[in-house]
Amino acid sequence: MPVVEMVGITKHFGRVTANDHVDFELEKGEIHALLGENGAGKTTLMRILYGLYQADSGEIRVEGKPVHIGSPRDAIKLGIGMVTQHFALVPPFTVAENVIMGYRESLNMDIRAIEREVASAAARFGIAIDPAVQVRHLSVGQRQRVEILKALFRQAQVLILDEPTAVLVPQEVEALFETLRHLREQGISVVFISHKLNEVMAISDRVTVLRDGRVIDTLETATTTPPALARMMVGRETFGVVRQDAPQRDAEAVLEVQGLYAEDDRGLPAIKDISLVVRAGEILGIAGVGGNGQTELAETLCGIRRPSRGSIRVKGREVAGASPAEMTAAGVGRIPEDRHTGLVGDLTVAENLVMEVLPRFSRYGRLDKKQIHAYAQQLIEQFQIKARPGDRARTLSGGNLQKVLLARVLANQPDVIIAPQPTRGLDVGATEYVHNQLLAQRRRGAAILLISEDLDEIMALSDRIAVIYEGEIVGVLPVEDADVEHLGLLMSGVVKETQHGTAEV
Amino acid sequence: MVLPKFRLEKTGAPFWFRTLTPVITLLITFILTSGLILWGKANPFQAYYYFLIDPLSNRVSFLEVLVKSTPLILTGIAVTVAFVSGYYNIGAEGQLYAGALAAAWLGTRLEAVPMPLAMLIMLAGGFLAGVLWALVPALLRVYFRVDEVVTTLLTNSIILFIVSAILNGPWRDPLSGWPQSPEIAESARLPQLVPRSRLHFGFVIAVLTVFIVWFVLTRTSFGLKLRAVGLGKEGARFAGIPVERTMLAAALISGGIAGIAGYVEVAGIQYHLISALSPGYGYTGIIIATMGGLNALAVGASALFFGLVDTGAQTVSRALGVPVYLGEVTQATMLLVILGMFLLQQYRIRRVR
Amino acid sequence: MIAAMFIATLAAATLRVATPILLAAIGETFAERAGVLNLGIEGTMFLGAFAGFYVADLSGSLWIGLAAAIAIGTVLGLLMAFLSVTLGVNQHVAGLGITLLAGGLALFAFRLNYGGSSTPPSIEPFERLSPLADVPLLGTILNQYALTYVTFLVIVPLAWWLLYRTSFGLKIRAVGENPEAADAAGINVFRIRYAALAIAGALMGAGGAFLSLAQLGAFTHGIISGRGWVAIALVIFGNWNPLKVLLGSLIFGGTFALQLRLQAMGLQLPIPYETFLALPYVVTIIALVIAGRQASYPAALLKPYRRE
Repeated sequence: MPVVEMVGITKHFGRVTANDHVDFELEKGEIHALLGENGAGKTTLMRILYGLYQADSGEIRVEGKPVHIGSPRDAIKLGIGMVTQHFALVPPFTVAENVIMGYRESLNMDIRAIEREVASAAARFGIAIDPAVQVRHLSVGQRQRVEILKALFRQAQVLILDEPTAVLVPQEVEALFETLRHLREQGISVVFISHKLNEVMAISDRVTVLRDGRVIDTLETATTTPPALARMMVGRETFGVVRQDAPQRDAEAVLEVQGLYAEDDRGLPAIKDISLVVRAGEILGIAGVGGNGQTELAETLCGIRRPSRGSIRVKGREVAGASPAEMTAAGVGRIPEDRHTGLVGDLTVAENLVMEVLPRFSRYGRLDKKQIHAYAQQLIEQFQIKARPGDRARTLSGGNLQKVLLARVLANQPDVIIAPQPTRGLDVGATEYVHNQLLAQRRRGAAILLISEDLDEIMALSDRIAVIYEGEIVGVLPVEDADVEHLGLLMSGVVKETQHGTAEV
Repeated sequence: MVLPKFRLEKTGAPFWFRTLTPVITLLITFILTSGLILWGKANPFQAYYYFLIDPLSNRVSFLEVLVKSTPLILTGIAVTVAFVSGYYNIGAEGQLYAGALAAAWLGTRLEAVPMPLAMLIMLAGGFLAGVLWALVPALLRVYFRVDEVVTTLLTNSIILFIVSAILNGPWRDPLSGWPQSPEIAESARLPQLVPRSRLHFGFVIAVLTVFIVWFVLTRTSFGLKLRAVGLGKEGARFAGIPVERTMLAAALISGGIAGIAGYVEVAGIQYHLISALSPGYGYTGIIIATMGGLNALAVGASALFFGLVDTGAQTVSRALGVPVYLGEVTQATMLLVILGMFLLQQYRIRRVR
Repeated sequence: MIAAMFIATLAAATLRVATPILLAAIGETFAERAGVLNLGIEGTMFLGAFAGFYVADLSGSLWIGLAAAIAIGTVLGLLMAFLSVTLGVNQHVAGLGITLLAGGLALFAFRLNYGGSSTPPSIEPFERLSPLADVPLLGTILNQYALTYVTFLVIVPLAWWLLYRTSFGLKIRAVGENPEAADAAGINVFRIRYAALAIAGALMGAGGAFLSLAQLGAFTHGIISGRGWVAIALVIFGNWNPLKVLLGSLIFGGTFALQLRLQAMGLQLPIPYETFLALPYVVTIIALVIAGRQASYPAALLKPYRRE
């Protein structure tokens, strides 16, 4: 009998159908991959199983018995645990406090005893972690271990992992897989949500493919192949963008960064001695695992964060320490890392579109509303944004928000474009749109800095690839010379490119 | 037994609910406050007649409504400017007293200055004093990230001590011994608008302020910047708007407008400074600004309504012996009901299976 | 000897002055630790002071009066919870609304029951305990109301223990730091915030009642006069830790008491006595600036929690 059966699950969000009569079965002691693209409904389905969402219709059975899961609390009681992409941890709490939080009901807490208990549980499940350390001091990979331990400590028999490898370097992924195999031997069932084919092939026993909220098929992993899964997942043979023209290696250096240092919000060094050159008509990809200084690098180049040291030159002009408005004037266009904080959601699309260039649309401080409206209308058509100028920005979909931001930046024809994580969370169509826009800008002769955690994206778009690790550039290579394994080693800090070649660290 | 569970869903309330909101708000407030009126041994229907209808039915009390709403319009607008930019200025009360102090000081020194010029000087003085008193919390907030709610609350208390020290010290009336400042000069007083009434030119200043602020917030690039900073600081910063400077400007303008409220009360009503100049106009301004949804015109309207409630509470008190504090309770109840209504307008209540 | 006596009476007065503010500040600590700034504190103290006085006057029992103040405080705390947790409205506005409401209610009921007479009605207040009355200096310092003893010796340590050494406290801190994480861990965010605000309201009500039932034996319009706002500042000053909040309340109480003593001694000072009254406020602002950078605000403070 399956541990979990989900039958005919349907879930709507407004007009969007996230899950459409989905059936899903999980056997005891299996690793079951849930495969699909962003927006296919994988996470929604599992959030329903974990009680974060309620299905509009359908039934959930645990060990054959129909159950109602109204909240995570209900799920935990039924032995279901979930590790989401956004870790549900309290940073100032210790590992032990995070693990027992909401689980231990006895009033008095003996912290030492609890730490011992958590330590022994960690040992039992093969998870290396110190229970007395505060979570805010842990790396992303370690935090993930805390999340897994938290679920197992609550006697989870079913462990749901939502894109667990997205935040890990390749070497950490192998350690995670080791833990999962260990858990499988102990009879624990794992749901592994992913859109990465090779990982699904490597770890899962069975795989269920979702597309547009529907189940395409469930099959034994051993009986299928990556191309077959890819076809099921995407529903078409080819996808993505193809670059034809060869890179220009001797064009003018438009963006020159020399010895750049900056600190993070806590005042700790976030980027160290970064030197980069981006030429006209070139895309320089910055690869790296999240949290290695990419955010700070992008913010510093955009003028949002002050560099503590170093030089940034745009077309030969020094702009280090300039304000965002001055950066815009100097020809730097910036796309925000987080769409939702890059725009003001409660202002209209038109207001957001003109915000960087207000003086152009005002006379003696008075806004020319007609002209603003016309300008917005023009950009909306040019960039195929599905919205009206007067719509509040927050009512737009992620893809349309990104188009608004692209329109705002690209309408100024910037010489330099800083694009951190430009396609994160977008669906296939919107991702392709963004890629094509970036390539069009490259053809126009813009110097583009593309920061992405998605290696496939980096490999597909970049002319050269720089790898960032702990705030330092540990290697720069032309895309022809880059392969995933080598990049993985650079990204995890195992090796470092020097002028004299590769060195083990 | 399983109790039915309800939850809010963000889909927008039905049309009939949104249109009837003001009526429903009044009705709920009426029901909630009726208990108090009954406790005061009065008939709630009769009380509400005196409360809301009677003050509008004769000229004297109608003008009194305008008099009472004058400082409320100004503090409501002051709070609006700050809140729109995301600066939670709880200090309008203190800034009002700062403006009043300046007015009381200047007012005794403008004997020889003709009226219109004296008025301009007094207006500028009240505004500047409000700006100055708002300056420290604003700077601390913007450049040191010290919570402005706490500092403005504390500075409200501090200025009351300053006022008390001055009134009991240098300005104490040597003859009567009352703690009140010397009377301001004739030319420094705000002219009466209607003979034999308390309505003065300050009302005009207040109404003008409403329209100016409305225009600035909705029609100028500065207003757009203010709104952008208030609605999404990160987004505004990303678009190149100088967030700190913009918020600082909003905080100081807010303080200045609150300072004008103090000037208007001194120069239009009291003609000298007393420590009980404001029964909490600054705090009420926050409630008015919220009820007006931070839209300057609606804020002006809700200030007028609060003026009506204040006047009405006195009428009820005189006619039926219900304590005058019914006014405050009604204002607060209405605020809380409206807050609930704002929310229900965005949500539907759904039963969860 | 005179100096020692002065210091002893000053210390005694410090503890008395600190008690109501400390009670309210501990309450506010619970609220903010759970992620809710309760600006209803001033009004809750005010209505607590009135309710305590009124019910004690009616029933003839100070203890029943105190219980009534705690009860009304709890109700106001739950109202704050309904507004800020269930409805998710702006916490500043909801809190000030409650302060206005509670203030209006207290004044309304006071006027209704005691008229507008110029001499405020009074009751026989709590008596002070006087252990070791024969020991000089120490006897003076220990000559305190029972409620002061309870506050310093029971409520503060209990609050610290609850917050840091119990699963209940862990939940309160969790919902104030990261309600999403708490929810995912199976903690009922709404229920915990309601509980924290109820505790907060009860303590604020008790703080108000201390003034009317112990210190004054009367109710006046100016009975609270900003003490609630001081309590809010003390919570930040004390970094949301009951023990440090206690320290802050002693510093505040000390300057306030010094001013009282100096006034009582009838000394002609070259500066107005208001300087001493304002001093703690100025000191608090300076302390906030110094602590400001490191102040570890509960991460979810002011943020209403909604699922999805």
